[in-house]
This record gives sequence, structure tokens and C-alpha cells, in this order.
Amino acid sequence: MINLETPKKHRGLIDNAHQVAMNMLRPISRKYDRAEHEYPKELDMLAAMIDGLSDSGQNSGAGASGVRRGEERKDDDGRVKNGANLASVLSIAEMCWGDTGLLLSLPRQGLGNSAIASVADDEQAQRFAGMWAAMAITEPGTGSDSASIRTTAVQDGDEYVINGEKIYVTSGERADAVVVWATLDRSLGRAAIKSFVVPKGTPGMRVERLEQKLGIRASDTAAITFTDCRVPAANLLGTPEIDTKQGFAGAMATFDNTRPLVAGMAVGCARASLDLTRELLEQAGVVVDYDRPAQTQSAAAARFLQMEADWEGAKLLMMQAAWMADNRKPNSLEASMAKAKAGRVGSDITLGCVELAGSVGYGEGELLEKWARDSKILDIFEGTQQIQQLIVARRILGLSSSELK
Amino acid sequence: MSLLRATRNAGGKHGLASGETRDPIGIAVAALNKVAQLDLLDRFGLRRPTEQTVFTLTRGGFRAAGAASRAFQRRGKRGEPGVRAPVVDRPGVFDLTPTEDEQMLVDVVTELADEVLRPAAAEADETCAAPEDLLKASLDIGLPILGVPEKLGGISEERSAVAGTLVAEALATGDMGLAVATLAPGAVATAISLWGTDEQQATYLPEFTGDDVPAAALALTEPGVLYDVLEPATTATRTDDGYVLDGTKTLVPRGSDAELFVIGARLDGTPVLFLVESGAQGLTVEADPAMGVRAAGLTRLTLDGVRVADGAVLGDTDGSTYVECVRLSRLAWCALAVGTGQAVLDYVTTYVNEREAFGEPISHRQSVAFMVANIAIELQAMRLVTWKAAARAAQGKEFAREVALARKLCADKGMQIGLDGVQLLGGHGFVKEHPVERWYRDLRAIGVMEGGVLV
Repeated sequence: MINLETPKKHRGLIDNAHQVAMNMLRPISRKYDRAEHEYPKELDMLAAMIDGLSDSGQNSGAGASGVRRGEERKDDDGRVKNGANLASVLSIAEMCWGDTGLLLSLPRQGLGNSAIASVADDEQAQRFAGMWAAMAITEPGTGSDSASIRTTAVQDGDEYVINGEKIYVTSGERADAVVVWATLDRSLGRAAIKSFVVPKGTPGMRVERLEQKLGIRASDTAAITFTDCRVPAANLLGTPEIDTKQGFAGAMATFDNTRPLVAGMAVGCARASLDLTRELLEQAGVVVDYDRPAQTQSAAAARFLQMEADWEGAKLLMMQAAWMADNRKPNSLEASMAKAKAGRVGSDITLGCVELAGSVGYGEGELLEKWARDSKILDIFEGTQQIQQLIVARRILGLSSSELK
Repeated sequence: MSLLRATRNAGGKHGLASGETRDPIGIAVAALNKVAQLDLLDRFGLRRPTEQTVFTLTRGGFRAAGAASRAFQRRGKRGEPGVRAPVVDRPGVFDLTPTEDEQMLVDVVTELADEVLRPAAAEADETCAAPEDLLKASLDIGLPILGVPEKLGGISEERSAVAGTLVAEALATGDMGLAVATLAPGAVATAISLWGTDEQQATYLPEFTGDDVPAAALALTEPGVLYDVLEPATTATRTDDGYVLDGTKTLVPRGSDAELFVIGARLDGTPVLFLVESGAQGLTVEADPAMGVRAAGLTRLTLDGVRVADGAVLGDTDGSTYVECVRLSRLAWCALAVGTGQAVLDYVTTYVNEREAFGEPISHRQSVAFMVANIAIELQAMRLVTWKAAARAAQGKEFAREVALARKLCADKGMQIGLDGVQLLGGHGFVKEHPVERWYRDLRAIGVMEGGVLV
């Protein structure tokens, strides 16, 4: 039966996330925006709390739970499920309503954790449990074109030797380990790309620098080099076989899980701007009327309506993608749709709110200008707007990557 | 006749602002144009014959009293509340799967849309009328009684806002104008089901559930720039035994054959719905064709001292029924936008894959492919926001916000989809050989039209 309300069973979790965002993240939001690279120690307690919730089973995914594919569901009774994926996107949106940079800095909730949750076998999942894992894909010469990475992994006995340079590694210095994408054989293309868990302190791994950024400044972004860096062969996530038929699917499966999460970040960040702007407009005497035609209201009210409508669309696309994952339906089209819509809407809304609020929006006295800086990255990482459009277009048009480049 | 004297001032008609003036060349051109319009050309057969066939296209092509209405037999108890379909249970689970019944309905309607509406659409657009057999087919599958409770002879067991939304969406994949033509009587039947008294339901609904279903129309739009449907200029004045209605309604679907209207009017400053039979004295109908949705046979109603009885008020007089009606009608227009958007997406997907330029399908170019991707993304967003509003309406929850957002999104993105649909076909999109130019015209209706359809 068609129903697009927030699931009843997740409401408690979302309310909790909202309280945490309001009472823990917002008070330190500006502080860590100014103090880039300083570790937000307040988050340790929060992470412990989230772990506690996870252990008690109450938290069906406040963060990077990911989806285990090919696993038999014990509770597959043919009924519609609202599970961990929906819980994750909704609670992440709530946390990013608090602060996107701080959410990204949450210990043990990194994108590397999502990768582990999605691709690792049972032994690995157990071995890496409780570890904070960052994700290292991008290289100085390779961004969206992640199939052409140059970092190599060469097997030597029970070890792989990794060589290469990675940039834009979120929490690359703070995390306990980094999940590194490297190729086993550059001549075999994308099928040869595997991911490796490299624990912090492994000889040969070195954090070169931390970036200074436009937004999400509370979140550290590291450049890391690997020079003859040796990891156990068992740290290769998934299968070591190079299956040219399956190609990139294994590595890319992670994205089907993480893209709705990034959509959730944009949805949350944009709602922070909308909530505050609605109130600032009301104080200025502009109240949005849902029944009167937009064109008969003030330009500010009409703009607000347009932004809120776009926001609602982005949120529901995000929920759709997560709902499909919860119900084991392939969702890479919907995940990309959600990320594309939420990414661009996130920018439009946060920038639009600065414009509507004028100097109040632009000044550091309010957080609107910060959210307008934070939101930009959400249309870039985990696949830019253009990459999402490419994926959606190929799916809709039935074209291969060689036909639609 | 002094051709030149009046022609310097050009404003005030033909869409010209009042400040427009003609220079000498402009005056000469205007004179030539007048000559061109003389019958002379027609007598010599110089004009393309098709231009004359479509006489109903012209405003003022006809102006007549409303269709002779059947004698609606007064039955039931005045003032007693009518039967209401119960609201849908609140499921608590996020779900995008229609119920089995809804899916069956969608399948049947989709077939009608594909096999009957789409093939008839171009001609119906040109003649501003839906073919008789098509309207009959829509009656056969029960479209007008979709929102009528089972107890009253209809087919809805509970609030049918979701089913109505899915049906409107499916119909519009065939053609928006014909969808409106087939949905118009149901809008009135649904309104009477939702808000009618025992008397109103007993008087009118048996006609809709019977064999000879009357055409009917929900008339809320009025002529006027920046028209706000919540403040209609049409007035209702109390008399000893009823009300007198005065005003004008525009873009009313199937007004010329409708036997029953639901008309919005201001009573003591508050908008209220009235049931008006087409035979009422003082009610005249004229053709009122527009940019699109032409197959719906759009008309203008003029109410000049139309008297209705005491029992003609539909629903509450505090404005609450009226505003709910406006919202449910907007919801139906959103569903129509989604269906038409889907038609555009399906059509351009095939076209850009087949059309070749520079030695390969144009779909292999990102500038083309990304437009298609954006159509798909925005269309799905429109659909989900519309469904959310519909589900809330069916569950008896507040849905003013959700309808407003759906309408804004469907008006903005729906139009963009129409625009891009034509652009993707290039010159082929601009000519009537392909339906995208019609969808472009139809999609502009969203955000403009009030009333006409209802879920």
C-alpha cells in the first residue's frame, strides 16, 4: 500500500538523532568550522553512544551499516521491509541537519566502514568490526574516472605490496584504517581493481598533508602516500580473482549503498537552511501560504516554495533508493537519481537561503553561509552530479559505457 | 471604414501591452493583414481548407444556454449528511507498491490510454472534442464512479485519493486532454460523494452509477490575471428560498455537454461550492479553447442571476470544503503532469536512440543523454511527491503542504520536461507529426488550471 511517511519503527531513532544533532553538533558547529584540522573530541562520546545503540540492536543503522548482499534473509516473509538502509539515510539526514562536517568525522562511521559492510566476507567483517575505516579512491590524476587508478597492489607471498598516492581521504589521519583501491594489473582494466584494508601505522603509509577546504572543515581530508606498503593478503576485501565479466561490479556495489547516504547528507544540510530561513522570513513578515498560488505571493515566498518542493522530491528519492535496498531490489539507478537530485538541490537551497536572508545569511553570525559552503562537496564526492547523470542516462537509454562516454 | 485612424494604438488586444504603438510600416502591415482576412481568399480557395474545418476552435464560435439537463429527481433527506467512504488505515510502513486492486485498475486504464487515448489524441486536440466511443469506453471501465462509495453504487471501499491519482497518471500517459475529458464527470461524482448531503447523493449519484452517465464538470477557474482560486469573483447571494449566482468560470472541461456543474462562488466573503444544473436560467456556455488540454472541450460559463435552491450548497459554508476541493483538484493535475511526463520520457528515449547525427545515435552525446537523465530524475521526484500527498489525503491526514509542494514541482519540472521533449526532437518536435508539441502545450496547464479534475 502506497505510503511515503517516515516509518513508524524508525521514528524513535530519528528523534534521537535530531536531539543529538541539536544538542551536541550545533553547539560546536562554528567552533570546528573555524578550527580546521582540530580533532572534535566531543565526538568520541557520541560514537560510543552510537556503538551502544548498535549493540543493543536498537540502532538499525545510524551510520555506515551498509548492506550485505547475497545473504539469506531469515525474515523474508514476502512483506515490505523498512530496514537498516532507510534507518541510515533518515538518521544521517538528521545528523547533517546538525552538522555535515561533524557527521563525516564520526568515529567508526566512515565510508570505509560502508565498504567493509558491503563487500567483506564474514571472517573479514568480524576481524574489522569496531574499526574506524576511511576510504581512499581518488588520486591526483584520477577523480571520477575511478577505473583508471594507478595505485598498484602486487602479491608477494601472503602479502600485497601497495604503491601509489591517494588524495581526498576523509578522516584519513584520524581513522584506524584506510580502505585503499588499487589495481592488481593495470592492463586488465576495472576488473582488476580491488580494495584493501590498510591499518594505520602500517610501514610505508604516510599522511602527507591535510587539505584546507571550502566547507565541511570539521572533517579532515588527507593526502596519503603508499610506498612499498605491505598488508596481509587476507586484507583484500571480497575475492582476489579478476573476473573480467563481472568487471567493476564488486567495487561499485559500495556506491549503491553510499550514494543514498550522501543524498541523505544533502537532504539534512538543506533542511537546516530551510528551517532557519522559514523562521527568518516569518520574522520579516513573509509567511509561506501553501494554498495560495506561488505567483500571488511575494517573490521570497515563491522561491521558498520552489526550494521546499525540490527538497521534498530529493528526500523521497533518497527514501526510495534506501527502501529498495531494504527490500533487496537492485537500486543503482534510483541511488544515482537520489544523489543527483539531492546534490544539486542541496546547493540550490543552501545558496538560495543565503540570498533570501541577505546579509544575515552571508555573515558568520548565522550558520546559513556555512551550510552553503558545506553543501557543495555533496554534489561532488561519491560521484559528481555529472557521473550520476551519466549512470542514469545509460540506464534509461540502455547504453553501454563505450556508447555513452 | 477608416482603416488608418484607429490603428496607431495597437495595445489592448492580440496579447499586446497597452503601450504598444504602430509606426507607418506597422500600420501598412496591419492593413495588409486585414485584407488577408477577407472572405475573398476563401472564395478563391487560397486558404488551406483545414483551417476552416475546426470551427469550434474560435472563441465565440458558439454561445448557448447550457446543455438541456435531464430531470434530476429530488430524493433523499435534505440536510442529512451523506454516506462517506472511510479513510484508509495508516500503515506505518514506507511502501511504494500499489495494492492489488489499484494495480489492476492501473493495468486496465493503461491499456485504455495506450490503445484508445493515444491514437485519438491528435484529432481530439484539433477538434477540441473527445470522440463518443472513447468517452463510452471510459464509462465502461467505471471511471466516473471511482470515487463513489460502494454503498452508493460506486466502486470505492475507502477514500480513493491514491487510486484516483494512479488512474489519472495512467490515463495521461495516453493524452492529458482526453484524460481530463474522461475524468470530468467523475470529479463531480467524487465531490458529491465526499461532501454531498443525503439528498444530493440520492438525487445525483444514481445517474452516475446508472447506464446513462451525464457529463458534468467542476468549475473553479475564473478569467483574470494573478487569479487566486481562494477568492473567486463569482458571488452567491442569499434569497428567501436559495441563492443567486453571478460570475464567470473559464477553462471548464466539457461545459457544452455537461448536465451538472459544481461551481465555486463567494458567499458572505467565503468560498463555497454550489451544485448547478445545466438547464438553469441565466447560465450560458461558450467555447473557450486554450493552448492545450483542448480535447477536454474547454468552455467558459457565464452565470447571470442563476437561481439555485437552498439545497444546492455542496459541503460546508465556512470555506473548508472549498479549500479541500481545491487541494484534491490540484493533486489530480499533478498526477496528470506525471503521466504526461512519462509519455515524454518514453517517447524521447526511443527517438534519441534512433535518430542519428554525425554518424551515430544522438543519444551517444552527453548533452542529449543528460537531458533525458534529468527528465527521468525530475519525473520520479514529481511522482513521489504527488503520491505522498495522495496517500496522506486517503489516510485523512493534513495534506495542504504536500499538495502545494507537488503542484510547485509538477508545474516547474513538468514544464521543463515538456520543453526538453520538444528540444530533443529539434525541428521534428515543433511539428504536429510528433506528439511532443502537444505535451508541451498540455504541461503548461499545471499550476494554471483549478478544478476540472478531482481525486
